Amino acid sequence: MLMKNLGISIVAVVILIALPALASVQGYNFFLTVFPYAAFAVFLGGFIYRMVKWWIIPVPFRITTTCGQQKSLPWIKQSPLENPAGFWGVAGRMALEIFLFRSLFRNTSVEISGKRPVYGSAKWLWFFGLVFHWSLLIIVLRHLRFFIEPVAPWIAGLSALDGFFEIGIPALYLSDFAVLAGLSVLFLRRVIIPRVRYISLPVDYFALLLILGIVVTGLLMRHFFSTDLLAVKSIVLGWITLSPVVPAGIGIFFYIHLFLVFTLMVWFPFSKLMHLGGVFLSPTRILANNNRRERHINPWNAPVKVHTYAEYEDEFRDKMKAVGLPVDKE
Amino acid sequence: MKLNNIGKIVAGIVIFIVLATFFFWYGTGKSSSLPQPSLDTPAIAQMKEKRCVEDKAFMSINHMKLLHNWRDSAVREGNRNYTAKNGNVYKMSLSGTCLECHSNKEQFCDRCHTYVAAKPACFSCHSIPAEVKK
Amino acid sequence: MSQAKIPKPDELINIEYRPPPTGWMDTQVNFRPGTWSYSGAAKNLTYLDLPNPRVWQPTDEDWKLPENWQEIILAGMKERLEKYRSFRLFMDICVRCGACADKCHFYIGSGDPKNMPVVRAELLRSVYRRYFTQSGKRLGWLVGARDLTVDVLKEWFYYFYQCTECRRCSVYCPYGIDQAEITMIGRELLNLVGCNINWVVEPVANCFRTGNHLGIQPGGIKDMLEFIADDIFDRTGVRIEVPINKKGADILFVTPSADYFADPGTYTCMGYMMLFHEIGLNYTFSTYASEGGNFGLFTSHEMIKRLNAKIYAEAKRLGVKWILGGECGHMWRVIHQYMDTMNGPAEYLSEPVSPITGTRFANARSTRMVHITEFTADLIRQGKLKLDPRRNDHIRLTFHDSCNPARAMGLFEEPRYIINNVCNHFYEMAEDTIREKTLCCGAGAGLGNDENMEMRMRGGMPRAMAVRDVVKKHAVNRLGCICAIDRATLTSLMDYWVPGIKVMGVHELLANALIMKGEKERTTDIRGESLIK
Repeated sequence: MLMKNLGISIVAVVILIALPALASVQGYNFFLTVFPYAAFAVFLGGFIYRMVKWWIIPVPFRITTTCGQQKSLPWIKQSPLENPAGFWGVAGRMALEIFLFRSLFRNTSVEISGKRPVYGSAKWLWFFGLVFHWSLLIIVLRHLRFFIEPVAPWIAGLSALDGFFEIGIPALYLSDFAVLAGLSVLFLRRVIIPRVRYISLPVDYFALLLILGIVVTGLLMRHFFSTDLLAVKSIVLGWITLSPVVPAGIGIFFYIHLFLVFTLMVWFPFSKLMHLGGVFLSPTRILANNNRRERHINPWNAPVKVHTYAEYEDEFRDKMKAVGLPVDKE
Repeated sequence: MKLNNIGKIVAGIVIFIVLATFFFWYGTGKSSSLPQPSLDTPAIAQMKEKRCVEDKAFMSINHMKLLHNWRDSAVREGNRNYTAKNGNVYKMSLSGTCLECHSNKEQFCDRCHTYVAAKPACFSCHSIPAEVKK
Repeated sequence: MSQAKIPKPDELINIEYRPPPTGWMDTQVNFRPGTWSYSGAAKNLTYLDLPNPRVWQPTDEDWKLPENWQEIILAGMKERLEKYRSFRLFMDICVRCGACADKCHFYIGSGDPKNMPVVRAELLRSVYRRYFTQSGKRLGWLVGARDLTVDVLKEWFYYFYQCTECRRCSVYCPYGIDQAEITMIGRELLNLVGCNINWVVEPVANCFRTGNHLGIQPGGIKDMLEFIADDIFDRTGVRIEVPINKKGADILFVTPSADYFADPGTYTCMGYMMLFHEIGLNYTFSTYASEGGNFGLFTSHEMIKRLNAKIYAEAKRLGVKWILGGECGHMWRVIHQYMDTMNGPAEYLSEPVSPITGTRFANARSTRMVHITEFTADLIRQGKLKLDPRRNDHIRLTFHDSCNPARAMGLFEEPRYIINNVCNHFYEMAEDTIREKTLCCGAGAGLGNDENMEMRMRGGMPRAMAVRDVVKKHAVNRLGCICAIDRATLTSLMDYWVPGIKVMGVHELLANALIMKGEKERTTDIRGESLIK
């Protein structure tokens, strides 16, 4: 099962790498002029489409998952972030989820030891997940130096901070190292841990390998096969000013890098990667646990067939009277 | 079926579009014209063959690695002679060789570095040539 | 009892967390005796107007499904994808990180990889992808899509009736994906083609007709409550009234029928009644709304509403001011998260105010139903009760947080406040097994039947082992809880894994400690066991 699922994902990524590597000059023109707009349009449109599609579905019931003490009697201390009772509590809870992966932080492991289950701390999925996502965000933000002219000080500052240790020329970015570490752990646990291997689909490997391909080609360009950054920035600014340019002599790794990024952008809205948007709409997390305080409205709340008291009394009236229970109709 | 709060949907989409198209509206100059490092210095004007230690294509991509190697070679190994691909021998010296010709840091080095937000550490030790200090 | 032989605890604990070499899509379900529940009886389905009533069992080769069963299921999925954002979102955004995998008590207790919440959800997701997503239609198994076949339906049945909707996985999921929600929809779909279990539909049918799961008729309820009142007189020397269907009462009291039907629930019921008598509460039981629990929750959203409607209707008919609810788990999931939305607004009631202390229960301002532990904790806090915790000195208690009050309400401190005021020896179980991380009794959501006993013992194992730890460490001899299903199922669970441990409600503990006006000297607790002098 692993061989099949992983194998097919590797083949898919290899093909994606081979396509730009084997492309002709006309192909490169295409990569730099049509692809970026198409990919960006699909990403933006697809993302919005998915979000709106989720958003317009009603949330008929307020099904908050509560992970702390409710707000009830005034002298009982509530956990506002684990069991929010209002907007600000929810905002805090969501901020913890999105920036710090609060729920994943709870992760535990279990094993049977001495004929009983023993729970252990298992924070490493949380740690490497967080490392991976944060470094990916920093990397994306760093790339803004190619998109913005003049480069804003905070972008230059972020790069400087990221390359703080000045290892090598050009300086190794910590985020590059971190994203590799995060990706490797996320990938290896899918391959090594039997339980996680069992639940992994081909697309799960594909997502990691695709991002790995992007990271590796980026690193190769920065540290081994230097690319003309002036040309790169001119290409990017060409897109933004709607006058794409195709400079000569840009290395093959740039094209592979770019093609994988476009693939990711196109694939993103139609895959599990939409968890990025979906988490903002998750009914168990974004709703305050104030169910008995504020009535929640279900837009499609339709009448149902019920068994009325009158029907009940009709069936049992004699029996009720016999034992002296009051009845509505004599 | 009643839609959920339309206002929130629209607000959410607007926020997303604004973030996702950040680079379209952020930043003032949208010029895609490349920065032109200036070669207009007295030393270069006097050269017969206008050539750096290596050819321009190599230098523009690899100058940082070359300088890095020079530093190691000169400071750690005491070897100060660099033999270029065409056989010419140069003295490995930022101030003595590079900045002799490129005495216009602001018009030469900084133009590209600023453009791609590269922050070389050269001048945290080396002093900027006196004649370009204003 | 069922035909199945349950392995001894020593054998059953040999659990391997090693998934089989074949993938989950290629492994067929095996209805092993002791791990599934009998099908819903035709008479119950008919009474409730549920589709496809017939005689069948899950082990049959032919399930006698309607001719167009696939069409029915897919149309049902489509409808629910448009009605529940939770369903669609939870189908779409799982990344299969596996954080939920070893959080499920059925996985911990069985090692069956399809009991990992992520796989249980994938059973449904794979069909969703195949019929409702472009990628699934085009790319098939590459994106985890597969056809809806009879085998898939059987697999749904087996595993959706091996989930107690306890929501523990949802606590650990980074996106809050809630397997309970997926199981609920999964069971709704199964119900569309007449696949359900009798231990759910029979209580539902009973409840619809007689007002309670057990099918007790009005006279029976009166007898039972009066019998309990007699027991109270025997133990305490205090004669109490039993108000039933009383118009003009201030408060309607609704509790699970199990509380007045059988031990050890009856002891908890004695606690309620003694408390209400002692504080002079003007309340009433109802025979029409004689069930707090709601097995509709284990059938369909529509059925929740059909059964729940009685509570507000009866409160309105009797003209009470507000409603007080007894100790129950899934009942409170329904009361807290569904009742007001489904059958409210209850404008004919007023905002709950304790007639004894004057405390306003602002947290129940709209639903107008208060949890008994909230009510009692307030009484104790305001010094309205005379308590002698030494009368519980023969009890060394630990407390099981019931799933629904824990993860659908966050009711943690209220019961503990009561316990700490009525009991001198209280010991918490390990931190990973209580509060929001509490482990299920293994038999909620309609699975507490005898034929499913092996799976119950497996699912309850993690809870039982946590109890055993405090038994060893602190010589605990009693397991407290605030759930009627717990009181029944934890009893079997303890008998199997930790013999000698008895189960009790928090209000039974209160009943022991409560000093009543005019009571005789108590020499026993309300079970009749001798007190320590």
